[in-house]
Amino acid sequence: MSKKITISIMDGPFENARTVTALRLVDIAARRGYDITVFAYEGAAALAFARQMPHANAVHGRDADEEDHPVPREWVASLLATAKANGGSVDWINCGLCVDERGVNEAVEGTRRGTPGDLWKAAEASDGTLVIGSK
Amino acid sequence: MKQYTLIASRDPFESRQAGRYLELAADLKAEGNEVTVFLVQNGVMAARRSGASAALTDLSEKGVEILADSFSLRERSIRSRALADGVTPSELDVVVDHLAAGRNVIWH
Repeated sequence: MSKKITISIMDGPFENARTVTALRLVDIAARRGYDITVFAYEGAAALAFARQMPHANAVHGRDADEEDHPVPREWVASLLATAKANGGSVDWINCGLCVDERGVNEAVEGTRRGTPGDLWKAAEASDGTLVIGSK
Repeated sequence: MKQYTLIASRDPFESRQAGRYLELAADLKAEGNEVTVFLVQNGVMAARRSGASAALTDLSEKGVEILADSFSLRERSIRSRALADGVTPSELDVVVDHLAAGRNVIWH
């Protein structure tokens, strides 16, 4: 039986190394074919925002393609695909209130809205849970 | 006996709370629990042999496992030979292992 883990994150995109570490953890579990729940709370609700756009770098004279600036929505989509390819799953839940507050309602395909109650249910059903606070 | 994994992400040179967190690890160990401290991000700054690393060596001597994320060490050019006694480089996979095993995994 596949292992189930839950990870809750709170930091918004482009702000903190915690996001990178959290996504590294999800990536490891996805490659193992685990069933993973990610509860994206507060600023993290914008990680899967579908309208994030890579930008050019005028200072260095690079256009958007050359700059190849990373956008977290692509990382989220990649994690979902990695889990599926390995027989697992990522249930990526964006806190609905947090999404509404920030106007980031359009999320990448495969993610969904939810509530803190979903975090509790996922934690109850998981082998292990990690909550990564913002401070 | 319970099993705890304490993830330490804060630089001890910037946050006094980093030291408090290690005291929590010591207390949990003293109560008979199995404890791992996993250093990540700027938390690995404590792993380099220095005045700040003595607390880690002391914890290790008390039976607390001290691991330091290899990726975070490489990012900060901290080489294995510079690590304090009792600190072992580790992959982040260990944290996923511990979550899957049902250990209490705490982030700070």
